Amino acid sequence: MSIDISHITKRFPSAGSGKEPFVALDDVSLTIPSGRLTALLGPSGGGKSTLLRIIAGLENADSGAVTIEGTDATHLPAQKRNVGFVFQHYAAFKHMSVAKNVAFGLEIRKRPKAEVKQKVDDLLNLVHLTQFADRLPSQLSGGQRQRMALARALAIEPNVLLLDEPFGALDAKVRKELREWLRRLHDEVHVTTIFVTHDQEEALEVADEIVVINEGRVEQVGTPDQLYDAPANDFVMRFLGPTTEINGVLHRPHDIEVFTHPGIAGSIPARVVRELRVGFEVRLTVELLDAAHEEITVTVTRAHHRSLGLRPDLDVWLAPTHGAVVPVMESVTA
Amino acid sequence: MSQTTSTLPREVAGRAVREHRPARSVNALGRGSGLALGTSLIWFSLLVLIPLAAVVVQATNGGWSGFWHTLTNPQTLAALKLTVGESLLVTALNVVMGTTIAWVLVRERFPGAAILDVVIDLPFALPTIVAGLVLLLLYGPRSPLGIDVANARPAVFLALAFVTLPFVVRTTQPVLEELDRDVEEAASSLGASALTTFRRVILPSLVPAVAAGAALSFARAISEYGSLVLLSGNRPFNTEVASVRIIGYIEGDNLAAASVIASVLLVVALVVIVVLDLIQRRVSRRG
Repeated sequence: MSIDISHITKRFPSAGSGKEPFVALDDVSLTIPSGRLTALLGPSGGGKSTLLRIIAGLENADSGAVTIEGTDATHLPAQKRNVGFVFQHYAAFKHMSVAKNVAFGLEIRKRPKAEVKQKVDDLLNLVHLTQFADRLPSQLSGGQRQRMALARALAIEPNVLLLDEPFGALDAKVRKELREWLRRLHDEVHVTTIFVTHDQEEALEVADEIVVINEGRVEQVGTPDQLYDAPANDFVMRFLGPTTEINGVLHRPHDIEVFTHPGIAGSIPARVVRELRVGFEVRLTVELLDAAHEEITVTVTRAHHRSLGLRPDLDVWLAPTHGAVVPVMESVTA
Repeated sequence: MSQTTSTLPREVAGRAVREHRPARSVNALGRGSGLALGTSLIWFSLLVLIPLAAVVVQATNGGWSGFWHTLTNPQTLAALKLTVGESLLVTALNVVMGTTIAWVLVRERFPGAAILDVVIDLPFALPTIVAGLVLLLLYGPRSPLGIDVANARPAVFLALAFVTLPFVVRTTQPVLEELDRDVEEAASSLGASALTTFRRVILPSLVPAVAAGAALSFARAISEYGSLVLLSGNRPFNTEVASVRIIGYIEGDNLAAASVIASVLLVVALVVIVVLDLIQRRVSRRG
């Protein structure tokens, strides 16, 4: 059992007549396993939110099919899909108390009062909002509102929980807390969860599986380790972390070793141009001493920087760390 | 310096204290806002409170019996009943139609939407006697539509509906524009039908605005004169409204009686506004 997306295409009419429609999703096929936490990761405007909204039934695909847990949902309206949806800006029912917000889906389903109350109590306990049950959403902080929205979505016991940039409106600290909390929550409730994010760190930290989406297409699907260690192409490699290019091949700046003496096999002579210390790491801008005089970025730890005695204008030799990551495609041709 | 003054005992500081008043108490209004408050109160009193009080005083000049005598005059009573009744009806109609029109203007994309959006204000912006003329030409004896309601009850209703149309539309429209589409999508993903979403999620946010529009529209309706005098014919016991009755009394040099009707209209307007406010508070909290 899973969510199957097959050959989904979605175009939006462009503003202004006569222009080509904007292709948000271009023949996307994807299987999302049950019970896992999957991240749709990609730059804004890449189509990931549109895909999520199509799964929820909030948007209709131009062509293709969506199957949720074995049921063809392609033409089901949102209200019949039993899908929990969490919005970036909380979408709280402002005139209802926190408890009423959470109870909404159950009241619509005409569940007995006692059952609703019990379930709401349990959920508020789960999201640590028990003492706020009678408050209005406007009296909660952003993080609390989002937890309320999550409880509201979980109340209907959805087949799948969809989160659209759920932490996007929160400040960095709360974001990080909620991210960890979501991971733990998922380990407790095990509902199939898909969340959209443009933050690679968030995806790497939280997800069991990551789907990288760009320009309406799936670039790669895999576990965080697979994506980080074996990116399918330059785009994935670039999107998942910092990169620098040596002779047309991408490397991670921290996967380049720096020597202050020549003679290491395969090492390239270079000269330090600038250095920038950020916390525990030092970012070096290094000029390759070849015909092209390319400038590349190399990252070393503060300790390493000190022990090597690195400083601007020093001659160094660079060698990619043995066994480090280069994109799959390029490593074949290089 | 003002700080030093503020720490001095009152009797020592004497005049100095008075000269540095703004620094003396932190909670008092600043000079600017104090001035604004004073000006507002004086302006409001001159323009609204004093004239209203004068009307009430005038009305009670003849004593309680004079008041009662005017009020129980069958023709006056009929005019008041007609005015309040038709105004309530028209307000009810506006609540439904005004909300619908606002909804269509905000949510639907159709050719001419921008024009409609401008034209909505026309009944409100027109000089009322011009509105009356328009209505007379359209629904009078020489109606091109073949509808003649001149000198009949429907004329009153029509004129009131015409001039009060924009109120609910204009109060509701901005609230609808501000409504988050997310919230509706959240409701539908939780299993709510379109109707349930409207009733439980959208309506509670609209109610304050609709109530405010209804209050304005009712207040305008009970006071309407210009737009209905031409078409309604002002027939006593049939199409004569309270404002026409007031004019009648004034022309008969009976200012006291005119003031009695005016006071009654004032009280009715107050009661309706308060009731609408209460309804609004209850509904928008309930969800």
